[in-house]
Amino acid sequence: MVTLKQIRNSVLIALWMMILTFPIMVIKVNTIENIVIWRWMNLLYIGVGTVILSIFWFFLINRRKLEPEERKRSFALKGKIETLKGVLAKPVVQKPLYAALLVIIIIFPFVSSLYQTGIMITALMYVILGLGLNIVVGLGGLLHLGYAAFYAVGAYTYALLHRYLGLSFWVCLPIGALSAMLLGILVGLPVLRLRGDYLAIVTLAFGEIVRILLENLSQYTGGPAGISGIPRPSFFGIKMSLSTAMNYTYFLTFALVLFTIFVVRRLEHSRLGRSWVAMREDEVASEAMGIDITRAKLSSFALGALWAGLAGVFFSAKTTFVNPASFTLWESVIILCVVVLGGIGSIKGVVLGAIVIILLPEYLRAFSQYRMLFFGLILVMMMIFRPGGFIPAKRRVYTFDKAQLEESD
Amino acid sequence: MDLDYFFQLFLGGMTRGSIYALIALGYTMVYGIIKLINFAHGEIYMIGAFTALIIVGALGMTGLNPVLIFLIAGVIAVLTSAGYGVTIERIAYKPLRNAPRLSALISAIGMSLFLQNYVLLAQTSNFLPFPTLIPEFKFLANAGGIISSTQIIILATTALVMVVLTLLIKFTRIGKAMRATSQDRQMAQLVGIGINKVIAFTFVIGSFTAALGGVLICSHIGQINFYIGFIAGIKAFVAAVLGGIGSIPGAVLGSFVLGLTESFGTGYISSDYEDVFAFLFLVLILTIRPSGILGREKKAKV
Repeated sequence: MVTLKQIRNSVLIALWMMILTFPIMVIKVNTIENIVIWRWMNLLYIGVGTVILSIFWFFLINRRKLEPEERKRSFALKGKIETLKGVLAKPVVQKPLYAALLVIIIIFPFVSSLYQTGIMITALMYVILGLGLNIVVGLGGLLHLGYAAFYAVGAYTYALLHRYLGLSFWVCLPIGALSAMLLGILVGLPVLRLRGDYLAIVTLAFGEIVRILLENLSQYTGGPAGISGIPRPSFFGIKMSLSTAMNYTYFLTFALVLFTIFVVRRLEHSRLGRSWVAMREDEVASEAMGIDITRAKLSSFALGALWAGLAGVFFSAKTTFVNPASFTLWESVIILCVVVLGGIGSIKGVVLGAIVIILLPEYLRAFSQYRMLFFGLILVMMMIFRPGGFIPAKRRVYTFDKAQLEESD
Repeated sequence: MDLDYFFQLFLGGMTRGSIYALIALGYTMVYGIIKLINFAHGEIYMIGAFTALIIVGALGMTGLNPVLIFLIAGVIAVLTSAGYGVTIERIAYKPLRNAPRLSALISAIGMSLFLQNYVLLAQTSNFLPFPTLIPEFKFLANAGGIISSTQIIILATTALVMVVLTLLIKFTRIGKAMRATSQDRQMAQLVGIGINKVIAFTFVIGSFTAALGGVLICSHIGQINFYIGFIAGIKAFVAAVLGGIGSIPGAVLGSFVLGLTESFGTGYISSDYEDVFAFLFLVLILTIRPSGILGREKKAKV
C-alpha cells in the first residue's frame, strides 16, 4: 500500500508539476491578434490530477516490488481472476466460447449499420497489420518503425494498377503483397548489420522517404490529394449494392484474419519461427548456435511486409481512396501500440490490442482528441508496469517426464 | 556559378547545422550514458520554443525593450525545458533502467507522443508567428543580405556552447563522473559516483542545449507549431548517428555535414525532397559505416 511519506511526496510532485507546466498550461497567446488568455483553473486541475496520478503510481511501484506470491495475497481480486483463467482454459468452456464468438462475428454485419461495419473492417485490418508487425517486432525482436510504408505500398499498388491498367482487386492482391515483400527485402539488406536502436531509426527514415515520395511524385500518384475511385472487391463480376459490398468486404477481411492467424501460428513454432525467437533473445549467441542471422532477419522483414501489403490492398479497396496522409509515422506507431499493448509475440494479445485500440476511440467519441495523449501515456505505463501486454506471450515449455523416459528405455 | 547564392546556401547550412548540433548534443550525451535514444528529445526542443513564445507574448504587453524580453523568455524557456528533461527521465526512463532496451525505447516513443499532444491540446495546432525581437546589426547593412544578425547570434551561441561543454566534460568533477558513467555504469557506482545524479545532470544539459536551439531557431524562422520537434529531433538524431553516436565532437561534425548537405541539396536540386536528403544520408552512412564518422567500432560479446 501507499505510505504516508509517499503521499507527502505526491504533493511535492504536484507542486513541481504545477510550476513546470505553468507556461504551457496557463498562458495561451495568440501572436497574430496579440491576445493573452490566462487559464488559472488549469493549474488546479494539474495539481489535483498529479496528486491522484502519483499516488496511483506509487501504489503500482510498491506492487511491482512485491514477490508474485505476496502480490496475489495483497490483491484479493487477482486470485479470482486466476481461477477464472483456469476455468476459461478448459476445452469444455473454450470450444463453445469460440463458437459463440464466431456466430457473433458472422451475424454482426447483418444487424449493425453500415458505419459500424466499416469500423469493424478497420479493426480487423489492424488485426492483420498487428499480426504482421508481430512477426518482425514480436518474434524477430527487430523494432520496426516504418511499417506503414509497406502498408502504403500495398494500397498504392492496387490504386495505381487499377488506374493505369484497370486490373481488378483479385489480381492486385498477390501483386501488392509481393511488391511489399520485395521492398521489405530491399530495406532489409542494408539494415542487416544494424541492431536495436539503429534499426528503429533507419526503418523510420525509410517510412518517411516512402511517404515523401508518394507526396511529391504527383504526376503518378496524385500527390497529397491521392487517388480516388478505387473499386471495392468484386465477386465474379456481380454488381452489388453498397451494403452488400461492405458486408462482402467484411467477410473477406475476416477470412484474411483467420488465414493470418493460421499462418502466424504455424510459423511461430516452425524452424524459422524458433530461429527468430532465438535471434530476438541473443543475436550473437544464436549465430554461434548455427542460425543463419541474415536469413532469419530478411525472412522476418519480408514476411512482415507481405502482410502489410495484403492489408494495404484491402485498405484501398475498403476506403476506395488512398492518399499519403494515411501512412504517416504515427500510423506505424499505432500499429506498434497494437502489438505492444496486446502483448508482444502473443497472437491473442495482438487481436485484443487491435480491437481495443480501434474500437475504444470510436465509441468514446467525446474523448477522441485525447486519443493520442492517452496512447503515449499508456505506452509508457505499459512498459513500466506490464511489459508483457494485456495477454503476455507464453513460451512453449517442454517438460521432462521421468516415468516416460524410463518406459522407453 | 553565382557566388552570392553559394555563400547564402553555405551560411544557411551552417545555421541549420548549428541548430542540429545543439539538439544532437543532448541525444549523443544521453545515448553515451544510458544507451537510450531519447525520442522525446525533439519534444523538449519544441517545448523550449513554445515556452519562449508564450513568455514573449505575455511580456509583449508590458512594453519592455524587445531584446530584454527575448533574453527573459530565453532564460525561462531554457530552465523550464531542463525541468521537463529531468522529469521525463524520472517518469519514463528511470524505472526501466534495467529493463530490455526495446522497452525503454518504446517508453520514449510514448513520451514523445504524449508531449506532442500535450502541447497540441493545451495550446493550438496552428502555426504561430514568432515576433522578431533581435534587431538588425548596423554593420550588416553593406553585407548585401547574405547573413542576418540572427544567424550570427546562432553561430556564435553554438560555438560558445560547444566550448563550454567541452571544458565542462574535460575538466570538471561532474564531467569526469559523466565520462566514467558512460564507460561502465556499474564500475562508476562502485567507485562512489552517484549515477542517478549524473544521469539527471546529463538530461539537464541535453535539454538545456536543445531548448536553446529551439528559442534561437524560432527567432530565425519566425513561426512554430507543436510538430516542429519531431522532424528536428529526427534530423538531429541523424546528425548524431552520422558523427558517431556517443561522441560529442562527432555530433557537432555530423550536424554541420547534415546541415550543409540539406542546404545545398535544396538549393541546387529540389526543395520538395528536403527531408529525403537527410534520411538517405542516414541510410547510406549506416550501411557503409554503422559506427559513424568519429565513432569507435565495438565488438559484440556474448
